[in-house]
Amino acid sequence: MAIQTYANETSIVFGKLNLNSLAFLHDPILMATFVGSAVMGVAVFVWVTKHGWWGYLWREWLCSIDHKKIGIMYIIMAIVMLLRGFADGLMMRTHQVASFGEADGYLPPHHYDQIFTAHGVIMIFFVAMPMISGLMNIIVPLQIGARDVAFPFLNNFSLWMTTSGAVLIMASLFVGEFATTGWLAYPPLSGAEGSPGIGVDYYIWALQIAGVGTLLTGINFLVTIIKMRAPGMTMMRMPIFCWTALCTNILIVASFPVLTAALALLTLDRYIGTNFFTADGGGNAMMYINIIWIWGHPEVYILILPIFGVFSEVVPTLCRKRLFGYTSMVYATVVITVLSYLVWLHHFFTMGSGASVNAFFGLATMIISIPTGAKLFNWLFTMYRGRIRYTLPMMWTVAFMVTFTVGGMTGVMLAVPPADFLLHNSLFLIAHFHNVAIGGVVFGFFAGFNFWFPKVTGFKLDETWGKVSFWCWLIGYWLAFTPLYILGLMGISRRMSQFDDPALYPWLVIAAIGACIIAAGILAFVIQLYVSIRDRERLRDLTGDPWNGRTLEWSTSSPPPPYNFAFTPVIHDQDAWWDMKQRGYVRPTSGFIPIHMPKNTAAGAVLGALSTVLGFALIWHIWWMVVVSFVALVVSTIVHTFNFDRDYYIAAEEVSDVEADRTQQLANADV
Amino acid sequence: MVTRSFGRTQLDIRRVATNFSRAARYSLLAILPIWLSGCDMVLLKPSGDIARQQSDLMVTSVYLMLLIVVPVIVATLYFAWHYRESNTDAEYTPEWDHSTQLEMFIWAIPLMIIIALGAMTWITTHTLDPFRPLSRIGPDKPIGADTEPLEIQAIALEWKWLFIYPQHGIAVVNEVAAPIDVPIRFHNTSPRMMNSLFIPSLAGMIYAMPGMETQLNAVINEPGDYYGVSGNYSGEGYSDMRFRFHGHDQDGFDAWVEAARASGETLDAATYLKLAEPSIKHPVQRFSRVQPDLYRRILNLCVEAGKVCMDDMHSGAGAHHESGH
Repeated sequence: MAIQTYANETSIVFGKLNLNSLAFLHDPILMATFVGSAVMGVAVFVWVTKHGWWGYLWREWLCSIDHKKIGIMYIIMAIVMLLRGFADGLMMRTHQVASFGEADGYLPPHHYDQIFTAHGVIMIFFVAMPMISGLMNIIVPLQIGARDVAFPFLNNFSLWMTTSGAVLIMASLFVGEFATTGWLAYPPLSGAEGSPGIGVDYYIWALQIAGVGTLLTGINFLVTIIKMRAPGMTMMRMPIFCWTALCTNILIVASFPVLTAALALLTLDRYIGTNFFTADGGGNAMMYINIIWIWGHPEVYILILPIFGVFSEVVPTLCRKRLFGYTSMVYATVVITVLSYLVWLHHFFTMGSGASVNAFFGLATMIISIPTGAKLFNWLFTMYRGRIRYTLPMMWTVAFMVTFTVGGMTGVMLAVPPADFLLHNSLFLIAHFHNVAIGGVVFGFFAGFNFWFPKVTGFKLDETWGKVSFWCWLIGYWLAFTPLYILGLMGISRRMSQFDDPALYPWLVIAAIGACIIAAGILAFVIQLYVSIRDRERLRDLTGDPWNGRTLEWSTSSPPPPYNFAFTPVIHDQDAWWDMKQRGYVRPTSGFIPIHMPKNTAAGAVLGALSTVLGFALIWHIWWMVVVSFVALVVSTIVHTFNFDRDYYIAAEEVSDVEADRTQQLANADV
Repeated sequence: MVTRSFGRTQLDIRRVATNFSRAARYSLLAILPIWLSGCDMVLLKPSGDIARQQSDLMVTSVYLMLLIVVPVIVATLYFAWHYRESNTDAEYTPEWDHSTQLEMFIWAIPLMIIIALGAMTWITTHTLDPFRPLSRIGPDKPIGADTEPLEIQAIALEWKWLFIYPQHGIAVVNEVAAPIDVPIRFHNTSPRMMNSLFIPSLAGMIYAMPGMETQLNAVINEPGDYYGVSGNYSGEGYSDMRFRFHGHDQDGFDAWVEAARASGETLDAATYLKLAEPSIKHPVQRFSRVQPDLYRRILNLCVEAGKVCMDDMHSGAGAHHESGH
């Protein structure tokens, strides 16, 4: 309650911002978080300064247009934001246990409501999306035999726009407040009357700015996959991960503008008093709910399709067998892509659309389970008569297959409209989408992370800590969310901060214990990273192909050289690298020619920083700053277009040196 | 003829579904641990006919899907174990990647299950449409066409529920009651925030939204004291937006109505506007009289003096439109 009200008066210099806006001064939990973050920030600053790494960091990373480095930065962002998003989730669970019956818990409703909103927004937009963007960035160009993406600068710009959104969300923790509306900010609750504070404005501008990044990523990868495949790689020879990436980017390009439009209309309602979604002025909130889910449902597939792609790479490689049913895998992906646009209404069967409309969308939703089921069978029959190596990626895959099947089943239950009337907005729904989000996206991310980590860094991840993390996640997931299925069947709604029925208490306690075990899994993951980096010489892979891989990324060194491939490979089969190995491919060691490459630039970081300032100014109604930062943004963009120094050649001698090192590495590896 | 045969198919499917789900319900309880069946999963044993049909459907859908889910999970675990690297006795065919029969199987089996589930879904979505007047109050208990349902106007306020009984001229805050085996028709709206009327024992939920009315037709079959909530998050006081729903026999219901009539309070526009101000954990409050057009004005967002009602606006706009032609 302490931070609920803000001074209504707006000053010319600071807009709505004043001392009361510094939320962490008023709340001990935020104060502790702020102090902790500040200490960590200072520690990192001192550490980097001490080693004199600022110049290197700026030139080689923040300004980098190398798709591999951009991918790494996306994944670092995803992991950092996962810690924040998970902390929110853990607070919700522990608060529910602490607030039972007469007890009030430690979070007043206003704070609790911000936490569940932030949890959803962060996990979807700033954890899952960067995970996907990161994996696509690192893997897609390597798998199609390209040297970079189609628009390398745009790629860097996308990263910084996404980062800018993440920075605004993090800022809302300490300066002001975040939305208390739930992660999709339905009006009328998110309108000017329902949410007079600036929380929803943080939500809007963080998503709008990050959305620019996502949309540009979509365009970039669409063009990359269509136009930059190596000679001989027909569409039907493309690795399944690239197929799923292609479909995901089609979904991004077609659906993110819809999100932008929905948020723009909400912005107009909030900032200049239009009435798109306010019943009083003749608007209708149902319109927002339809529009946002026309984006929102494809978004679900944007997240899961590339993860299906990850499994389609992991399974054949670690079962040492060709993927079963490549063609049906491709068609299943395409069918899901199309159908994902025909199901949005299943998010609100209870809005009263009438029986025929509900039944149509229910059936369309069920039909998606057919291609999804086909995919599962394809992985299953790839394992059949294979030789399965139980390293971490495969463990995550088997855990996914079992967990996701259950999640798919509860999803179809929710697709039956009359059953959904009972289960809508219940904890059963929460259990369902965490079942597919954790059991699908998160497990798949870890499968991919463990699978491709040696490609990116040149050393494998530590198996022992990886296994600890795996078992904690798996057990933690089932303990944390099975009780929510049961609580849902007991008729308990989502987003409630207080309960009084004693029958619920044991389930909430089990769920909280599960969340703590997941916390242990995250900790084990961080330790796994630390131990792996510390012991990198023990875990070193010199071959570039630690799993006896099948696709092109395993044909280069680990980490790959900036130009990826000294010569563009020519493709003859689906599993290109496997095929090359079978045919006794000999790596060229001479005859190198200069390689044309794009040059690093500071423009993306500058534009991202200016966007952050612009977003902050818009949120706080600091109009002079809006004007200044907007003009600066436009001017910087124009200035960048006059930067003609955008490319360079890697000299043939340099390529020759790098490749000679690689020859030496391979020789050492064979010893 | 066509219509009639469709009607029969529908009947058969529903009977099969009901029998199947009855068996399913018992076996579900049988396979779950005893300590689990001890807890009160209201959605699996509701007390109203509509919720019971919805619940049956839910359970039936699970069993239909388990037909494929269980084999998939078993096969996953078995293959994962049997084809492990160290089991060199297992068959290994590294180049085998296609089988037309298997492909047929993996597309056709889910398709067949979805066709069965889809048929059930299409039919029940229509029969259990919340706007549809009830045709029965329980299995094999049809109701006559002339039976008048009990009308209840449910208004979602911040953060409490106001229930108006137009046939009785009473209103109650945060408590609602109905006689057993009598069809109930809720008319739901909300002056500001979007909420959802949800009484799990009675029937599934439907949204209450500003400027609009949704309906929920349901019936309670067993006397009892049940709970209701808002099923759609609506802000700060949402967690406490709970109320009791009483299923009474006719005498008990009459007594409940009398209790409201005895309050002597009148719910007019002024009282309503005061009540509509945000409050949390609002106590039960009873009104013996309700201003006759209050619900219409709430629905049309014109309780405040001087505001134009939406239905007037629309008819005005309509007239304008016509004259334009």
